[in-house]
Amino acid sequence: MALEVQIEKRLAAYNLSLAFATGAKPLAVLGPSGAGKTMTLRCIAGLERPDTGRIVLNNRVLFDSAKNINVPSRDRRVGLLFQNYALFPHLTVAENIAFGLDRLAPYERLTRTRDQITTLHLDGLENRHPRELSGGEQQRAALARALATNPEALLLDEPLSALDTHLRSQIEHQLLETLGQYRGAALLVTHNIEEAYRLGSDLLVLSQGQAAAFGPKEEIFRHPPTVEVARLTGCKNFTAARAISPNEIEATDWRCRLRVTQTIAKPITQAGIRAHQIDFVESHTATQTAPTENVFPCWPVSTSETPFRITLYLKLHKAPTTNDAPDLQAEVFKEKWQQFKDGPLPWHVCLSPQSLMIFPE
Amino acid sequence: MIYDLSPVWISLATSIVATAITMVAGVAAASWRERRSGSAYAIFDGVALLPLVLPPTVVGFLLLLLFGRHGPLGKLFLRVGMTVVFSWPATVIAAAVVSFPLMYLTARAAIAQVDAPLLQAARTLGASEWRVFRRIVVPLAAPGLLAGTILSFARALGEFGATLMLAGDIPGRTETIPLAIYFAVEAGDMRRAIIWSVIDVAISLSLLFALYYWARPQSTTRAQLGRS
Repeated sequence: MALEVQIEKRLAAYNLSLAFATGAKPLAVLGPSGAGKTMTLRCIAGLERPDTGRIVLNNRVLFDSAKNINVPSRDRRVGLLFQNYALFPHLTVAENIAFGLDRLAPYERLTRTRDQITTLHLDGLENRHPRELSGGEQQRAALARALATNPEALLLDEPLSALDTHLRSQIEHQLLETLGQYRGAALLVTHNIEEAYRLGSDLLVLSQGQAAAFGPKEEIFRHPPTVEVARLTGCKNFTAARAISPNEIEATDWRCRLRVTQTIAKPITQAGIRAHQIDFVESHTATQTAPTENVFPCWPVSTSETPFRITLYLKLHKAPTTNDAPDLQAEVFKEKWQQFKDGPLPWHVCLSPQSLMIFPE
Repeated sequence: MIYDLSPVWISLATSIVATAITMVAGVAAASWRERRSGSAYAIFDGVALLPLVLPPTVVGFLLLLLFGRHGPLGKLFLRVGMTVVFSWPATVIAAAVVSFPLMYLTARAAIAQVDAPLLQAARTLGASEWRVFRRIVVPLAAPGLLAGTILSFARALGEFGATLMLAGDIPGRTETIPLAIYFAVEAGDMRRAIIWSVIDVAISLSLLFALYYWARPQSTTRAQLGRS
């Protein structure tokens, strides 16, 4: 199973220019709204025509601008799950699923429809119309419809964004199961970082129509190649930086020197740390066991609460004056916060060398 | 008191045949046009809507030039031994031409409101353009297409000017109800004109009720589409 995509398309705001290949493992395409994610899916499905490039699915050329090949959508064998599912409102669930099976013999058509109904837990809903289904049921019906035709590639456009938040985790779990059973090339598009990480195996980070990073998701999250990828994968804290020794940098925006674990080979310009990797420690003057490297005093500027976590905006080295911009944004569980929130100021943060990310020019 | 009822049958037959032609041509033109964009197609729109803005007599006159003995289409029909002008088919042609813009406009609006992703979804599922049209576009645009059909039928039924120009007033062959009324008044036979008028009002009213009946399911379908 292999899908190779190499496309260029001039768009109003930027040029879409992408090259990637994916196999049996689901590929998550992550990027902010308007980065070209949906356009990429539409090009693969044949709903949009790239200006130049080549799209090959299992050695079948779907599009080749040089050879003037542009296989119509109906012959591509590419399933597309639309963001709002695009179920046919005048047909029942069973009729929706059977829509793509009109070339089969009636018996086989029925069997395949039944199979999909069972696999996607739609039993009892066969004769309902889409408007009588919940969001999750609509998604499953649309998935069943797309999978019934045995597509060689399955493209999912923001599969969870149309759902209520409280439904998402359960439906995401079912989606993960469906993707696990699917034998073709699967591609899903999302602007949600956590969704991309949980559903994808490989990750393609898109920015302004270009691939900012492409590879195994763990690798991209651990070592984002650029500041932009770090930002798009959720990193909140950045500083201008320069190397002062093979394993020490000066972080100019944070006004401090930091140890790093990687040996600095190339000149670097920026460093960063993820909000949840900032560690709160007791001052090393108080205990001997606490870490001493990269520990700095800090003062809270403001806080922002979610039910289980708290985001602390911090000023390093000195107490903040009015309108002082925070240097760091740290995220901790509330249990942890309870332990130090009433402690004496300053608090101490550890920007551990293992968590620091450095970015070359 | 008993009159020749032929104008009723001629009117109904003319309207039914003209509406059938208009429906097929209007829906085909509308769906063809809805899949295209570009300012060049505005010329097509202009020509398609011309019969709506021109006075029916002008439409009739142009048709007369086209289908007359020396007109390009008239010559063509003459070759197969047919004279269109002042014959029953002429009433059909006149009615179809004047009612075409109503069908075209309503069909375009009805087809345009069908969600584009539904058509695209159908295509990714392997459906041919014809299947997309038949299974998705037509059922979802059906209320609007029906409304267009009824409007066209009403327009065809009321057609006077173009019919008179192209088909003339031949009782028993081309005399429709509107022509019968006109010539009854001209001849001073007010009683006759009133009876024909009452019949015309009755037919038109039942049509308007039918239109109202079809417009209602259309609005609920839209609401349901919006919700899902």
